[in-house]
Amino acid sequence: MADQNHDIALMAHLMRRAGFGAQYAELEERAAKGYDATVEELLNPEVNPHGMDLDVAERCFIEWSHQTRGVPEYFAFRMINSRCQLEEKMVLFWHGILCTADSKTQSYPTSYDEIEMFRELGMGSFRDLLVGISRDPAMIFFLDNCLSHKGAINENYGRELLELFSMGVGMDGEFNYTEDDVKECARAFTGWTIANNVPGQPYGRYHAQFVYNPEDHDEGTKTFLGETGNFNGEDVIDIIAKQPATARFISRHLYSYFISDEAQVPSWMETPPKDPETIKMLEDEYFRSGYNIKAMLRVLFHSDAFKNARFQRVKSPVETVMGTLRLVGDWTEPKPGFEFIFDEMKHMGQELFNPPSVEGWHTGQEWIDGGTLVHRINFTADFVGDVNQPGVREIIDRLADAGPVISPEQMVDTTCLLMGHYELADETRQMMAASLEKGGTIHTDTEEFGTRVSELLQMIVATKEYIYA
Amino acid sequence: MTATKKDPVLVVLQMSGAFDALNTIIPYSDPLYKDYRPHLKVEPEEVLAIDDKVGFHPAMAPIKDMYDEGKVAVIQGIGYPNPIRSHFRSMDIWHTAEPTKMATEGWLGRAIQDLDPNKENVLTAVNFGRGLPRALAAPGVSVASVGNLETYGVLTGIDGEDQRAEALDIFSRMYSPMVGNGPINDYLSQTGLDALKGADILRTAPEIYSSSIEYGGDMFSQWVKNVAQVHTAGFGTRVLYTGLNPGAFDTHANQPTSFAKLWGEVSRAVNDLYQDLKEHDANQEVVMVLFTEFGRRVQENGSGTDHGSGSVAFVLGDAVKGGLYGEYPSLEPDKLDEGDLKWNNDFRQTYATILDKWLDLDDKAILQGEFEQFDFIKK
Repeated sequence: MADQNHDIALMAHLMRRAGFGAQYAELEERAAKGYDATVEELLNPEVNPHGMDLDVAERCFIEWSHQTRGVPEYFAFRMINSRCQLEEKMVLFWHGILCTADSKTQSYPTSYDEIEMFRELGMGSFRDLLVGISRDPAMIFFLDNCLSHKGAINENYGRELLELFSMGVGMDGEFNYTEDDVKECARAFTGWTIANNVPGQPYGRYHAQFVYNPEDHDEGTKTFLGETGNFNGEDVIDIIAKQPATARFISRHLYSYFISDEAQVPSWMETPPKDPETIKMLEDEYFRSGYNIKAMLRVLFHSDAFKNARFQRVKSPVETVMGTLRLVGDWTEPKPGFEFIFDEMKHMGQELFNPPSVEGWHTGQEWIDGGTLVHRINFTADFVGDVNQPGVREIIDRLADAGPVISPEQMVDTTCLLMGHYELADETRQMMAASLEKGGTIHTDTEEFGTRVSELLQMIVATKEYIYA
Repeated sequence: MTATKKDPVLVVLQMSGAFDALNTIIPYSDPLYKDYRPHLKVEPEEVLAIDDKVGFHPAMAPIKDMYDEGKVAVIQGIGYPNPIRSHFRSMDIWHTAEPTKMATEGWLGRAIQDLDPNKENVLTAVNFGRGLPRALAAPGVSVASVGNLETYGVLTGIDGEDQRAEALDIFSRMYSPMVGNGPINDYLSQTGLDALKGADILRTAPEIYSSSIEYGGDMFSQWVKNVAQVHTAGFGTRVLYTGLNPGAFDTHANQPTSFAKLWGEVSRAVNDLYQDLKEHDANQEVVMVLFTEFGRRVQENGSGTDHGSGSVAFVLGDAVKGGLYGEYPSLEPDKLDEGDLKWNNDFRQTYATILDKWLDLDDKAILQGEFEQFDFIKK
């Protein structure tokens, strides 16, 4: 029993991190198959193409290609329902690093293409992904590469490619590249532009396309990170991909997203990694595997650092909202009214397709302020407090299986297990039990029992402990 | 000189969607105006004239009344460098006071840090609306963000007064810094308890408030009423923020109807707020600023107007030296900026004036630069 509980606790942890959480039945099912098998399934999304039947979703989100709401809605629907949880989690990961914002691009069709590109390349070679993002029309417009010309470069993309997408400003107190490298990088990407305007105003919203214009490409010799040649964009990416700084940068991002909140990116040059050993392991795998993200993830999920990192990260708003919907079993089918869900994530501080800057969202403690905390708690409490939600019903029924009467302590403990093996501080646990005690003997076979469970669920999601994943 | 001078308070009213500056403060005697606006023009006799050149839209009579009392500064030709015609990005620029790069901290967030450096009051700033505007965001700044003042609070979904009281009691105990050991336990405790305390105090505001003013029934007017309730309750709130829902003023089509209706509601709410504060002898310490993210295209599109740049903003209150500030941008075709009114004063000049002359803060530090100030605040 102890072992089985341990397996399920670990599976709950894996599914919270490698996905958006799971109901208890799914945790049992996956735990029975085993941890390694589940990791492999998550790492190989092609086993379940698209992770779901797309037919219904696409018919219902017919407007996803041209309306403002459809694309985030469709993305969220896949986060909630895809069997390939890690695939979607990685899309969200890259969406927060290789950032474009609809506030500038104003073309959801083009943003959608970017998301599909992350699905396709997000767990493959990082080198290929860098080529993908450099050819991504939303990015080319967002960082003005379409305004960068032979003889008149715009450095915006060249700079962010180095600073925020691959190497970072510096490592171990040293700069990773010079201002000249930025310029040479930008020169190499001249001629990488787009057809079809990106912003919706004034022509309407169309899919923009990548175009390589050789006429506008600077064919001159460039010196980039110490190498000299007539480099084009892909040559520059080849050089970037083999830098130790790139291995470090991606490893820290993976660590922060999957294991434990790191310092914010701008401080990485001066602030060493929290866990240098694990970072080293990931860096080694980056080179060993030929820059393969999937291989790095495999090492990560099998590391002790990962397995021991339960509740060491602050859930992002998207994780909070998607996790809540998966827990209660809502939005398993398309239905109207998604705007509210989208707005709630925004009010909690994470508006999909609109990261606050090209640096992406700041994470960890910075997710929380007075306003976002209240939104987070109230949103989650409203959903788990609804006894008509199938996932809530399931928790009530499973608690009732314990017998006609349940003790307050047992009710608190079992409810925490059923929510995904949450662990409350002793004091918190006792406060909840004492509160239940005041309400008198707990009979599980009454109508009132459901209400008492839903009140307890609301209290649990309001705890500090529940803020973490 | 009164014995006790009340701390200056700033009320910010955000007009999302970009109101049409040209039909807000109307250059009614310029013949070009009629040419650009064959369908949308306001006839000269309807304009609430300020002088022989410009005047208010007729729906703005309640603000015009305040103008006539010398309490409204009209900042003509306001804008920012390299205008961007995206609502979101443009609003972001107004929020962060940073037109050239994406920033995350708000100008008021930094002001709040200076107004309450030791975080002594959880209600130094209060926002009414859904979601916290970036203008109010800064590290370590707690801002109460209230969707509905009557029901604001933590765990509002718990039914039954006793159950909710019990839940809040547990909440306050389980958020004690002594409980738990997560990675950011102390910070969560502080934030959670501040939010709870803020909600506790705010909840009393509607109970102690009474007024002869009847605000309009629209959401904005209700939030403006909430501003009055919180200010007159005397919680020491220094910054109160609210606005229209996103896109409200985005009149690409059918402008005449919606534009007049919105300005009617907004102007009435602004005047109601002023009268309400006066009734409570709480008007002298309040300055309001009303802004939008950009102006609209000079040439109408037939039934509405598309996104433009140069705009107009208003600063209102007893401490305001009323009048016209900035210059009205020229309508001459070659003086337009890609068909838009050309801005001639940086919005940060208005911010700097408010920060320095009204809130007595270091405008240069907050705005990270020096901007020439106006003199629309009375000494």
